[in-house]
Amino acid sequence: MSRRDNAQEEGLSAYPQAAELQLRQVCKRYPGEGEPAIGELSFTVPAGAFCVLVGPSGCGKTTTMRLINRMIPLSGGEILLGGQSVMERDVRKLRREIGYVIQQIGLFPHLTVAENIATVPKLLGWAKDRTDARVEELLALIGLDTEGLGGRYPAQLSGGQRQRVGVARALAADPPLMLMDEPFGAIDPINRAYLQDEFLALQEKVKKTIVFVTHDIDEAIKMGDRIAIMRKGGVLEQYGPPEEILGRPASDFVAQFVGADRGIKRLSLTTLAAVTLLDDTRRSAEARRVPSSYSLKDALSILLTDAGKPLAVVDAPKSGEAGEGRVLGYLTLSHLERLIAEESERDGDGVVAAGMPGAHPGTAPDGAHATPSDAAADPTAEASA
Amino acid sequence: MSVAPQIAASAPVIPEFGKGSSSCVVHNHLFCWDWVEGNWSPVLWPALRQHVLLSLIAVGIGFVIAVALALAAHRYGWIEKPTILLTTFLYTIPSLALFELLVAPVGANIFAAEIALVSYTLLILFRNILTGLRDVPREVLDAAEGMGMTRTQQLLRIELPLALPAIIAGLRIAVVTTIALATIVYTIYDSGLGVPIHTALGEGPFKTELIAAGVLVISLAILCDALLVGLQRALTPWARARQGG
Repeated sequence: MSRRDNAQEEGLSAYPQAAELQLRQVCKRYPGEGEPAIGELSFTVPAGAFCVLVGPSGCGKTTTMRLINRMIPLSGGEILLGGQSVMERDVRKLRREIGYVIQQIGLFPHLTVAENIATVPKLLGWAKDRTDARVEELLALIGLDTEGLGGRYPAQLSGGQRQRVGVARALAADPPLMLMDEPFGAIDPINRAYLQDEFLALQEKVKKTIVFVTHDIDEAIKMGDRIAIMRKGGVLEQYGPPEEILGRPASDFVAQFVGADRGIKRLSLTTLAAVTLLDDTRRSAEARRVPSSYSLKDALSILLTDAGKPLAVVDAPKSGEAGEGRVLGYLTLSHLERLIAEESERDGDGVVAAGMPGAHPGTAPDGAHATPSDAAADPTAEASA
Repeated sequence: MSVAPQIAASAPVIPEFGKGSSSCVVHNHLFCWDWVEGNWSPVLWPALRQHVLLSLIAVGIGFVIAVALALAAHRYGWIEKPTILLTTFLYTIPSLALFELLVAPVGANIFAAEIALVSYTLLILFRNILTGLRDVPREVLDAAEGMGMTRTQQLLRIELPLALPAIIAGLRIAVVTTIALATIVYTIYDSGLGVPIHTALGEGPFKTELIAAGVLVISLAILCDALLVGLQRALTPWARARQGG
């Protein structure tokens, strides 16, 4: 993904919109410990990409993230942000250019929402009216510009609102890189899904380079356009887009980590809007209407529940337009099966079928998939490019 | 130190204590307002002013020392234990003994009085300030550091403001104890509301001076406490926002 040329929506910034992040043979050792916490970790996050670091607890994903803004000192290797080594930068200046969101958020309880958001602009010495304008802009961006929420204290906000303020605060100086450590970890599942969607929509607008840490593979698949799966000792097991992680797990560890239901998970990556639908079916009259924003996984679930009735896929009614959307086409269980088969053929694997436990035991992922041929999946190849 | 022996209440007393020896004073009624009016300017008001000054200087100096020690202990953890040990030791010395002990090296003057009063504020103030600084949530500091604040910026913009409720809580205790303690400064130095109280103890059945001076001490303590509560409310609106939900 290359840097976009279109003007930034938030404006006001002297910073590049997003910067490329490169980790080269990054190493972290703690004195007195035999094994390094992270040994020889290399991968590249292109400018504007959403990279999720995922792995079991203790795999070093948070450590990796904190090495980037030097909250933890590096033991070896190199981290380049926008082509420049972070070790050569003044550490305060570096951190002011990197958005930082942690799970507990860490809003300053004695400062109002607006003052919290203004933290980095103030550190950078922005003029007051520039800071104020930026705060207003961000409050609007996160949908908290109503009811004088800017003047409230963090203790007066809901968990979801605090989370949004944390993101706005990190975005305040328009940083080229955002580091996010389990930012939705402390939020209940319903609000978490909502905040995830909201943040993805926000990222569409701001197009930052993002390093996002989570232990939740579902969150990783939903959020990331690249996923780095890590194992204990900071070992990178696989690095690639979610389709590839689910379709061609590079190792047994990855296959196990993404789960036996990875075939189903993969269906959640494709929406009904993105597939070829049937023009008509014999039972169109009985069809149940579903929006085209639903994923194939949702569609499968409904098809399985509704005993063979087809689905009529409708597009969302345009804003201001009353009534239901237009029917785009129909989907039946057998057509969905064909779609899955086509996709698997195109990707050169039979993983969707293999993902069903016990269905085709012979086709479970094996050594043949362990070496990804795709250059994007090979971190060392990209890092040395 | 010598407290005048109490004269038995039954003994006939014709008091001639200062101006305004009204019939109330002559008959040793429990409280004679006219005596207070007559003795406000020559006795009570100067004693009250001295008392305020004694307490203010003591808490002021104690606060500066305690802040310095707490900041040092916050930065270098090893400083905490010896400081606690020393201030606790000072705090436990009986006050009358400490005043007397200081007379030999320092003299029977305001310096001896202030040294003693200051030493009693240190434990309370040091503990509260350090606790306040240490209770700042870890994630708040992590966020502050991660956003690029220097150590000094973290201290001035985050840690000290967040420690304010604990600091003011410490100041409230220190102020009230110091105001109470300052009443025995009279034992080495002729100053404060302890002087009229001491005089009153020698006045046998005549209690007006004792009650008037005592009420002044209590009122001063309550007023100062109220002022500090007001200060806290003004400086930490966020602490109330929490309760307001």
